[in-house]
Amino acid sequence: MAAKKKVTKQVKAHPSGDERYTSLDRTMKRFKYEKDSLLEVLISAQEVFGYISEDLLMYISSQLKVPMSQVYGVATFYHLFTFEPLGEHNCIICTGTACHVKGADRIVDALSEEFGMEAGETTADGMFSLIIARCVGSCGLAPVVVLDGQVHGKETPEAVNKRVLEVVTRSKEELAMEAA
Amino acid sequence: MNFEALEVVGTKERDRQAKLQGRIFCCTSTACMSAGAGQVHTMLDQAVAVSQSDEFETEVVKTGCMGLCSHGPVVRAEEKDKAAALYGNVNPELAQQIVSRHFPVEEALEEIDSDEPDQSVTPHDIPHFRASLRKAQAKTELDKNIISLEDPFFTKQVRVVLSDTGRIDPDRLEDYLAHGGYQGLAKVLETMTPEEVCTEILESGLRGRGGAGFPSGIKWNFVRQEEAEQKFVIVNGDEGDPGAYMDRTIMEADPHRVLEGMMICAYAVGADYGYLYIRGEYPMAIERIRNAIRAARRHGVLGNKVLGTDFSFKADVRIGAGAFVCGEETALIHSVEGKRGMPRIRPPYPSKSGLWSAPTVINNVETMANVPSIIQNGATWYADIGTEKSKGTKVFALTGHLRNTGLIEVPMGITLREIVYDIGGGIPGDKEFKAAQTGGPSGGCIPAEYLDTPVDYESLTELGSIMGSGGLVIIDDSTTMPDFAKFFMDFCVDESCGKCLPCRVGTVQISKLLDKLISGEGQPEDLDKLDELCQMVQTTSLCGLGQSAPNPVLSTLKYFREEYDTLVQSPETVEAGVK
Repeated sequence: MAAKKKVTKQVKAHPSGDERYTSLDRTMKRFKYEKDSLLEVLISAQEVFGYISEDLLMYISSQLKVPMSQVYGVATFYHLFTFEPLGEHNCIICTGTACHVKGADRIVDALSEEFGMEAGETTADGMFSLIIARCVGSCGLAPVVVLDGQVHGKETPEAVNKRVLEVVTRSKEELAMEAA
Repeated sequence: MNFEALEVVGTKERDRQAKLQGRIFCCTSTACMSAGAGQVHTMLDQAVAVSQSDEFETEVVKTGCMGLCSHGPVVRAEEKDKAAALYGNVNPELAQQIVSRHFPVEEALEEIDSDEPDQSVTPHDIPHFRASLRKAQAKTELDKNIISLEDPFFTKQVRVVLSDTGRIDPDRLEDYLAHGGYQGLAKVLETMTPEEVCTEILESGLRGRGGAGFPSGIKWNFVRQEEAEQKFVIVNGDEGDPGAYMDRTIMEADPHRVLEGMMICAYAVGADYGYLYIRGEYPMAIERIRNAIRAARRHGVLGNKVLGTDFSFKADVRIGAGAFVCGEETALIHSVEGKRGMPRIRPPYPSKSGLWSAPTVINNVETMANVPSIIQNGATWYADIGTEKSKGTKVFALTGHLRNTGLIEVPMGITLREIVYDIGGGIPGDKEFKAAQTGGPSGGCIPAEYLDTPVDYESLTELGSIMGSGGLVIIDDSTTMPDFAKFFMDFCVDESCGKCLPCRVGTVQISKLLDKLISGEGQPEDLDKLDELCQMVQTTSLCGLGQSAPNPVLSTLKYFREEYDTLVQSPETVEAGVK
């Protein structure tokens, strides 16, 4: 009970009642709403929300009293931020030098073909996003893919396709079961 | 806490470790974790819990990278007074065999039988588990997983920065102290003036390991001589070079070493605040550095009045949000300030006007990690390693078409041939060595005829490449050079910040020209155009990114001209040539 009181005292809840804002507000409070903390706040927003919507950019702009143009400028400069929600599952394919020379392109091509999409896109049903990374820093295991946060090394196009299809099919089945 | 108390903590930990009958080290670096080290560690933990007794105490240590990433998960077993054994490609089943081979379960059998086993430690059915351990003892499959420690992969290396990597638990300050940690900091605080520290670093010949190779001692002296109320130290851990992971490994495996180097630097230049700028894609490195900061603060190593002296220092982590250009120091400063990471014209250099216009030292993670060893062992010791102008060692991420890939530390001046064929074990299959690529998108390709070149700053620059931060990608003849150059050029197109024209437009034009050549529509004069364009971007760009972006194209044009020539010949001529 005491802990709950403390939180409400620290930061006022967002009018929408969305608790994710509370977490974001806490980050801004930690940095004392300083303008210099913009990047940190954006990183926290990306972590909490999974992507950064225009509303969120405006919210951060008004809270930190930084012009919207600057918030937008910083957010779009860095690769870490995404402005569209990701799919249920996501597969990051490392295309760093070590992975490149060991055939990362073929993995990308195979997945693009399987799902009929380009790298950087999400399937229409929102099930799967295909993401390209410059380097995930596991070069000793090249080629590397990161499927839903799990790193897999020394991969082949066939194996990755199989892995991705497995998780996507499972989710689809679960959805169908729920619907039934 | 003061120096003596710190020593006591270290000595206590050392004594505790010396009493143990054996220790098993499990690599939990990102590479090994993705190969399944998590399950291996759990199994080792359970097996060791069953096999040990009051008289026979053992422990499992979670360490950072042991180097041989291609053979992960890697486990090292050490028995008291015996040589260590290293195992590669370990799975949970083999983990059982390792424990039962080194710490036979029978010896402890009686003890466990009489005692009520603690179910919380070992969730398994104990008798059953013990039986499986005993059975595992008889198996010999493990033999093929033994990696000889006499392999040139290990014997050719000289480990300074990586001396504790893979030997200590990165999340335990005590372990670092037991291995002589923070002795360098204690030494400078107790016995040296800031000026003496700068001189020591200057005399050691330490040069920036981020790529450019600027002498660190000179940089520190510049900042020390500035008169300002506030000065900063920034550690650059924004490793953007694709194909390199040295800094990641150092931060993950030995975070306190980085902190110690940073604090020695802060003392030398008169800074009381520091930032560690770490790449957002490295969550484990961020977590371990944060843990290290917390632990150091708890022990009074970091914070107000460090170890009871008048020196105060605070450290904070800043997360890099993914921009290659932030490796450039002025861009990095802008990023720490929460702005777009774009470089500005120098001078003024950061040593005069850096973070929030205060004098700032920026050094790479590896540079900082060298500092504690230099202070502890002296400048002369360090200067004895390496060549005349390039002192010490360099950590490389050795990757690509090789038998052994992983993280290595070699003395400066070692030849490429030794790295490729002795340490790397040569090219697998029936393929031939084609080129060594150093320095990532800012570096170049070195062909086979220069394999005997010593690896140091000057020699690599002379060949049209650079030392770079330490990415070393070996490619065999399955890679074509124009494609490879295009790969790097596309990287630079993506990463160009857009501030200056030569880099923003030039890189795009180079990439288009390469496209034209690769698709077979190029004319002979396109090659001259390509060369001219590269020279222009190189000489007129604002920062290091643009200035070095054409290197991969220029170096492949220089050494593999014939591959480009083939592209511009009309398809008929090529066909005629084949016939």
